Amino acid sequence: MSDVLLDPRADAQPPTQQRAGRGVGKRVLPVLPTVPFFLYIGLFLLVPTVIVVVGAFRTADGSFTLSNLGSLFTGEALAAFGQSIALSALTAVIGAVVGAVLAYALVTAAGNSFVRKIVAAACSVLAQFGGIMLAFAFIATLGSNGTVTRLLASWFGSESDGQWLYGFWGLALIYSYFQIPLMVLVFLPAVEGMRPQWREATETLGGSTWVFWRRVAGPLLAPAFLGSTLLLFANAFSAYATAAALITQYNTLVPLQIRGALISEVNLGQANLAKVLALGMVVIVAVVMALYAWLSRRTERWLG
Amino acid sequence: MTRTAGVTGPLPDIGPRRDTAPPRLRAVKRRRQTIFRWVVVTAVGLFFLVPLLAMLDFSTRALSGRRIFKAWQTLFDPAKLAKDYAPLWDGLKNSLALVVLTVVLMVVILVPTMTWIRLRVPWLRRTMEFLCLLPLTIPAIVLVVGLAPIYRGLSNIMSTSAIWLCFAYVVLVLPFAYRALDAGLAAIDVRLLSEAARSLGSGWGTVMWRIIMPNIRTAVVSACFLTVALVLGEFTVASLLNRQNLQTGILLIAAADARLATAIAVVALLLAVLLLLVLSFVSTGRRNRHSRRAARPAEA
Repeated sequence: MSDVLLDPRADAQPPTQQRAGRGVGKRVLPVLPTVPFFLYIGLFLLVPTVIVVVGAFRTADGSFTLSNLGSLFTGEALAAFGQSIALSALTAVIGAVVGAVLAYALVTAAGNSFVRKIVAAACSVLAQFGGIMLAFAFIATLGSNGTVTRLLASWFGSESDGQWLYGFWGLALIYSYFQIPLMVLVFLPAVEGMRPQWREATETLGGSTWVFWRRVAGPLLAPAFLGSTLLLFANAFSAYATAAALITQYNTLVPLQIRGALISEVNLGQANLAKVLALGMVVIVAVVMALYAWLSRRTERWLG
Repeated sequence: MTRTAGVTGPLPDIGPRRDTAPPRLRAVKRRRQTIFRWVVVTAVGLFFLVPLLAMLDFSTRALSGRRIFKAWQTLFDPAKLAKDYAPLWDGLKNSLALVVLTVVLMVVILVPTMTWIRLRVPWLRRTMEFLCLLPLTIPAIVLVVGLAPIYRGLSNIMSTSAIWLCFAYVVLVLPFAYRALDAGLAAIDVRLLSEAARSLGSGWGTVMWRIIMPNIRTAVVSACFLTVALVLGEFTVASLLNRQNLQTGILLIAAADARLATAIAVVALLLAVLLLLVLSFVSTGRRNRHSRRAARPAEA
């Protein structure tokens, strides 16, 4: 560095280089420093994606086929997709409704209120509190030896063995635990964008609270609400760890089916089952996220 | 809330009765809103508190219902942990190594490229943004399916060690790190700073390390925190590629000692809260300094 500092010609050099690199060089040379990044992304993001997509259309010996897709429509895979979609949709709606109400309750609190700060901080931790830890938390709460199970047994004499926790409704409850905070996080900015003037204007013109929600706030918040719901859907649909830690024997959800297919990939005729299932997931998530992107552009128009 | 009603109450002699009604109505509405707020926050708060308290209870309760604190004693006894709970200990070591590797790799790959693209090849920015946000639409479980053959190849060239998971983790953290760093770079004038440094004779290395990095420090720190949180909590990729990290270790332990696993979950949650507090401290500390600097010319 010190050489460069002392040598007055060093300053003049870059322009000369640029002049020499006119034409093709001018366009190619500046790209060179970005090559490592694109190589890396290519190897660890694009190649895996291509492997999944191409693998879904290949037989065990490598020739092209469409018959793999047929395994998406067999009883087991179809049921798993049904369960996954139902679970994601249900928890997305629960999370969206409860989260939106909570977000609204927070915004109506005074600007810098203590409660609001605490809840906002708690939400950002809890939205990340997925994974196997969450499974432990609910086993400790509602499992066969869980705190709430024991309390219910001693207070009301209920005889739950806690097995429902491992089924659809148990998973729905557990997923809500990270869906609601996520909704608060993504929906809070939209609610904060609501101006008190809108309400005042409605009242000045003689509108009731109902009219305000039905005609003003509702339509304005709808794109943000729908977009957030879609994001929640994708979030639940891609979740794996919690379900994997809870459910070890049955592969009731698509991610669990993929686990099963990966473990037994040597099975005859199922060589590319994992890839087909993965492709199915990507297609669903991509559609949902595309809708989300479109909706969030619409949201920005009003509440940006 | 009620104070507002008291203030607006004694004003009615401005106009006829019709004008006095709205403030009182509003006060009622306000009070109703306060009640609504407390009901909602309490109900949802209970839903979130109960499992946390249950974890504390569960980790200290024997099957008979007696209190035992064995799990917590073990947790604060590294020698015993290393001896009796080897998978957990190995997993923790792997995860800590992965944290360092992933953070370094993420910064090295993203920061120079993002800066360079802003300066010299802006037409590539859309492409880079698209690629960086792509992992949001590719769930980790899907990525694993495609990564499995690549990692089979990698383990032939390098080793089956868990630390190579850092390559996959950089991809997982890409969208979050990219957003944090992009916000940081957008807040400074990259072109002005680098041209000033270049015209004073510094090379690109100096520009990167001594000009750009210090100026986007906050963004880099928050990208690093996001990376740390992601790597410490990662389970999907490690478990399906048969590598041991902290989370797979905890799951193994849970089968043998559910109390200990639950105690670890409590600690992990507390650490996450701490991490978040530090992060918000770092970013608000930075913002305050900014606003102070902005305020100074106005005072002068």
